[in-house]
Amino acid sequence: MTDVDSPRVKHRPLSPHLQIYQPMLTMMMSIVHRITGGALYFGVLLLVWWLIAAAAGPNAYADVQWFMQTLVGRLILFGYTWALIHHMLGGIRHLIWDAGYGFGPAEREWLTVATLVGSVGITIVLWIVGYLMMGGIR
Amino acid sequence: MNDEPHANLRTPLARVRHLGAAHSGTRHFWHQRLTSVALVPLSLIVIFLVVSLLGRNHAAVVQILGSSPVAIVILLFIAASVYHMWLGMQVIIEDYVHDELIKIVTLMANTFFSVAVGITGIFAILKLSFGL
Repeated sequence: MTDVDSPRVKHRPLSPHLQIYQPMLTMMMSIVHRITGGALYFGVLLLVWWLIAAAAGPNAYADVQWFMQTLVGRLILFGYTWALIHHMLGGIRHLIWDAGYGFGPAEREWLTVATLVGSVGITIVLWIVGYLMMGGIR
Repeated sequence: MNDEPHANLRTPLARVRHLGAAHSGTRHFWHQRLTSVALVPLSLIVIFLVVSLLGRNHAAVVQILGSSPVAIVILLFIAASVYHMWLGMQVIIEDYVHDELIKIVTLMANTFFSVAVGITGIFAILKLSFGL
């Protein structure tokens, strides 16, 4: 750690940080990619809870099923679905960039918009399919 | 600037020995990408599985989750996921936590959490598969 009060340390200008830049979609999606990653970090607890409950028995499994039916449960599950899809599409976009493609002004904007539109669209389609699997909206 | 015709423009700092300051080279970066590629198909299969199991009763879910191909895919998904999220959270902690002690503690907590979640999920799948 540097000691800023030390006479040996010169106070040089710092590189510009977030607040100096005009917000751009690519930048926002970069931030969202990290936030969704952080959310998925804790969201995996849902999956593990589901698996443990299935392994534990019918009563524990019924508890999970009850929680997922509640409004809070559904909101969390909906957010988890979107975060997972968005992080996956964002990850694919980053892999394309890692490979050295898609850096043009039009391409990078197109890729970023596609990530957002794709994640929202796929999430909604998945939930419609999910509700159909459950036998319609209840 | 140095006017010698064949001056070496590299600073001594640029000659990083062995695997650099992190002592692991690009391994972290590479493993993050490796697991991300693996997780694309694995996530799609797991999402399909979860959606197809919606509304099924416990007995049916246990039978499907415990079947060998499903169990193997979920085990792969859990292993790749917890490694990927462990790497990712490490980067987030290193970016935002600057106090050395708090950083070490949160990095340890990251490892404990990731391993605990991974082992718990794997245990559940093995229990479902072998019916212990």
